[in-house]
Amino acid sequence: MKFERTKLILLGSVILFALLSSTIGGMNAYYYDILIGVGISIILATGLNLVNGHTGQFSLGHAGFMGVGAYASSWISLNVSGGTGGVMTFMAALTVGGAFAALAGLLVGVPSLRLKGDYLAIVTLGFNEIIRVIIQNAEPLGAQRGLGGMVQHTNFFWTFSMAALTIYVVGNLVNSTYGRGFLAVRDDEIAAEAMGINTTKYKVLAFVLAAFFAGIAGGLYAHFKQFIHPEGFNFMKSVDIVVMVILGGMGSTVGVCIAAVLLTILPEFLRYVATIQWLPDWLQQVAANRMILYSLLLILLMLARPQGLFSGWGKGKRT
Amino acid sequence: MDDKFIEFIQQLINGLSQGAIYALIALGYTMVFGVLRFINFAHGDIYMLGAFAGAYVVPKVSETAIRLAGSPDGMRELTGIEAWIGPRESIYALVMVLAAVMVACAAFGILVEILCYKPLRSRPKITVLITAIGVSLFIESMGQFLFGAAQRPFPETVPDVLGTAVDLSAFGERWGSLVLLRSEVLIFIVTPLLLIGLTYLVKRTKIGMAMRALAFNPTACALMGVNVNFVISFTFGLGSALGGVAGVLISVKQPSIEPLMGILPGLKAFVAAVLGGIGNLGGAVLGGVLLGVVETLVVGYVSPTYRDAVAFAVLILILLFKPAGLLGKNVREKV
Repeated sequence: MKFERTKLILLGSVILFALLSSTIGGMNAYYYDILIGVGISIILATGLNLVNGHTGQFSLGHAGFMGVGAYASSWISLNVSGGTGGVMTFMAALTVGGAFAALAGLLVGVPSLRLKGDYLAIVTLGFNEIIRVIIQNAEPLGAQRGLGGMVQHTNFFWTFSMAALTIYVVGNLVNSTYGRGFLAVRDDEIAAEAMGINTTKYKVLAFVLAAFFAGIAGGLYAHFKQFIHPEGFNFMKSVDIVVMVILGGMGSTVGVCIAAVLLTILPEFLRYVATIQWLPDWLQQVAANRMILYSLLLILLMLARPQGLFSGWGKGKRT
Repeated sequence: MDDKFIEFIQQLINGLSQGAIYALIALGYTMVFGVLRFINFAHGDIYMLGAFAGAYVVPKVSETAIRLAGSPDGMRELTGIEAWIGPRESIYALVMVLAAVMVACAAFGILVEILCYKPLRSRPKITVLITAIGVSLFIESMGQFLFGAAQRPFPETVPDVLGTAVDLSAFGERWGSLVLLRSEVLIFIVTPLLLIGLTYLVKRTKIGMAMRALAFNPTACALMGVNVNFVISFTFGLGSALGGVAGVLISVKQPSIEPLMGILPGLKAFVAAVLGGIGNLGGAVLGGVLLGVVETLVVGYVSPTYRDAVAFAVLILILLFKPAGLLGKNVREKV
């Protein structure tokens, strides 16, 4: 029954997004930009949550896969059918972007998931940097100059349908019988292995799926901004996504979505705060430097509430 | 043929001096890992703070250094040992700066440990890791907030000659084209001195014995009456002091500092620590020097754009083929 219901919700929301899309597309460009950013953040954070939250593996290189997806999909839309491709090309580009990112995820995941904790974090970060450096040296991808000229296909419908799809897939996967394996790996890897769970397979699967969604998010991003640069996918971007997952509560889909929304709006909100005249000068400057707040939040959260702000939310059963 | 050889020596000098810096930072990682089993992500930022502290102290000690040296005229001909390492006043100033920076960085490292890591001792490792990332981001963003994000020059020690090259033409025509900066000579002198001091401290003193005991078995160590909290704080202080020294030395060599300068050297020094075998002091030095040389050779002979990828490629290779590092012992995980 539950399965049917979630499928209906997915279908309903996709139809809703399709209906709303043209209305919302006409809104203030600045707010529209933020809104699309929110959708992309949800995809990234929910995907990463499968690795960092549900499977308990600390990946710090998610932006690398986003970059792979962004570049692969951009390359497709620029080079197939003369760069003026329609929606079909866009869909193909997104899929290829996701597939390339998934492939990169497989290549990165198989060797690095043998490691745990701190090591895994640094190795994934390392792969993130390696991906960035490779792109920076790839002449067909614009190298240092960045890559631009994609037709803007990403709109409200695509972004939020993909976000809904991501939530649907991750949520259902984790709540399925099969998906219990992810949680088992997180809770106690040795015990899980003793129970006959192929921990490596689960870890790699989580990694590849997360990379796939990151690739989709990258494709959406590239076809919204119409310009991408390797520096946009450096490890600071990865940290941003990780902060969303941690803040939302690792393993809580609802919490992570809320955190993704909040943390995407927060910088814009702070930008606004920084312009309020009557605030003291130093407060304006702190607001202009959002990383101070992010990092302070992160430290205090770990000291006071390491399970995340919204971790009790939307868990249903103990997962 | 000849030129190629000189060029190779040149790369080696650059690589070794860079490697010595990595080694100093890597020691901090490896010592903290030894006692606490976690990676202090914020260590690279201590290096940055060291550079900034140095920039703050340099103008303050310059006059004292000149008075001590008794020669206000820095533009004289440098002879003897001064030809290699720069004039006396410069060296006096540097020693004072290094001492001040070591104290400041040690204090800061201990402060971070007590405020952020100590309350998390019994928590899962991932919590501590996230906190460390948070601390790192906090120091970086506060640095940008307080010092500004732009590059700024590192002030010159007295009459600055440390950034200039030693005249090697006395050794023959072909060596004349070799560039050996005085600051590099200093790196080659200061680093081994610190390493000797550190070795003495760890191997021959009581606190060093406590550090080794703690790394070996924390529970038994506490049962034997070792003040674990003190030893951990001390280790943090020691590692941070070395990181601060590295920050000053690199700033003397490349006199331009900015709040994010610690990120990449920090990560690379971590790679160096893993390369040598994390938890192993000699390994950290070996790893640092190797990494510095390999990186410089890649920059010199392959392509400078790959500079930042080298360290991570090394990390991935070492973790795949010899996860315990070059000098590390394989520890079997017990269930």
